[in-house]
Amino acid sequence: MWTFFHKLASPKHFYRISGKLIPWLGTITVLLFVTGLYFGLFKAPPDYQQGESYRIMFVHVPAAWMSMFIYTFMAVLYAIHLIWNIKLADVMASSSAAMGASFTFLALVTGSLWGKPMWGTWWVWDARLTSELILLFLYLGYIALVSAIDDKRTAARAGGLLILVGVVNIPIIHYSVEWWNTLHQGPTVTKLDKPSIHASMLLPLLLMALAFQCYYFTLVLVRARTELLERERRSAWIKELFG
Amino acid sequence: MNGLASAFLAILRRDLVLAFRHRGELANPLLFFLIIVTLYPLGVSPDPELLRRIAPGVIWIAALLAALFSLENLFRSDFDDGSLEQMLLSPRSLALLVIAKVLAHWLVSGLPMLLLAPLLALLLDMPSRAAWTLETTLAIGTPLLSLIGAIGVALTVGLKRGGILLTLLILPLYIPVLIFATNAVAAAGAGMPVEGQLYFLAALLTLALTLAPVAIAAALRISMS
Repeated sequence: MWTFFHKLASPKHFYRISGKLIPWLGTITVLLFVTGLYFGLFKAPPDYQQGESYRIMFVHVPAAWMSMFIYTFMAVLYAIHLIWNIKLADVMASSSAAMGASFTFLALVTGSLWGKPMWGTWWVWDARLTSELILLFLYLGYIALVSAIDDKRTAARAGGLLILVGVVNIPIIHYSVEWWNTLHQGPTVTKLDKPSIHASMLLPLLLMALAFQCYYFTLVLVRARTELLERERRSAWIKELFG
Repeated sequence: MNGLASAFLAILRRDLVLAFRHRGELANPLLFFLIIVTLYPLGVSPDPELLRRIAPGVIWIAALLAALFSLENLFRSDFDDGSLEQMLLSPRSLALLVIAKVLAHWLVSGLPMLLLAPLLALLLDMPSRAAWTLETTLAIGTPLLSLIGAIGVALTVGLKRGGILLTLLILPLYIPVLIFATNAVAAAGAGMPVEGQLYFLAALLTLALTLAPVAIAAALRISMS
């Protein structure tokens, strides 16, 4: 078990294992997207209040989840990087940032598109919308800091510290719903004992969430491999691999 | 312990002396604070009713920006002349030495803002209870701004153009302070209790006081490596 993790943490083995993993993950992603979209767009009944337009939820909600997940994931990776000095953790984290920012942007845009027919406005200064916007700023700040520092190692450590400082913001996003309960509807899925969402809508939502998750992991592996090749271009295992 | 205390006091004294040798620079953030607030009646409307409503936000946003601009040079001169390196090499805890620097910075930039704020409250026609709450929020909030901001300054000290980047890094982290502080002042203006928001600010300050120095020290080590 531990030797597997040790192996995974070395760039050489990571490169090999991730190369085998990517096609599988990619296939699963496509399958999940197809079934999730099919159930979401064709099988799920229209909402009794919102009609057909609620279906944007199947993109909006997973994107919002991903935006928070990736930030937390980056914080965990950086904690690993700081504690055990595992290079790979920081490669994974820095490859995640741009995707995290994209998901955040997607959540904001789809939320805005959904808000227009439902609330009659593109944007309201509601707590959750605002926190999502702040999250986007945090991602952009991180990207700006990392790209401003020339030395990759220093950039990784500085960015990691910033992420760990910013992770304080994640609970604020989560609890803001309870703190300033305004226009945005409360959480409907986490109440597992008696969810206020019907199973026919919950199933595609969860499928889409899984699809987004797999999509992220597929792409982050691809990006991490590229990043790894760039950083390690002078190391022996790459010369061995490409002659 | 004694050595630590004397190192702490030495840094505090040195920074205060340095600040008072450049009295002109001392006044700059204050003028900035004053001018930003002056721009609002000119830019929005001189209507006292409206000014009273937006006053908490106006003063607090001006305070955020003034704090940010005065922070920019917190470590700059020490970085340039090498005394920052000496601090890093010192056997004393860097996190505690850093508190001395932040404290000195707050004494020369945060405290004067606190003294200027009643005047601004007067300019924007705030009721006296709101003005008192404003003072309290500034008293709790400005050290918070210095502590959080110092993390960003420490991260960007080695960069040539840290200024605008600093704004991007730090302003999002200031948002909770802004929300609770302006909310408290607005509530006071409306005659509602403000203890909740003030306790929250105090909790944030406690959190920042315990964690920020560690983060600042770590950021300095990263920037100097």
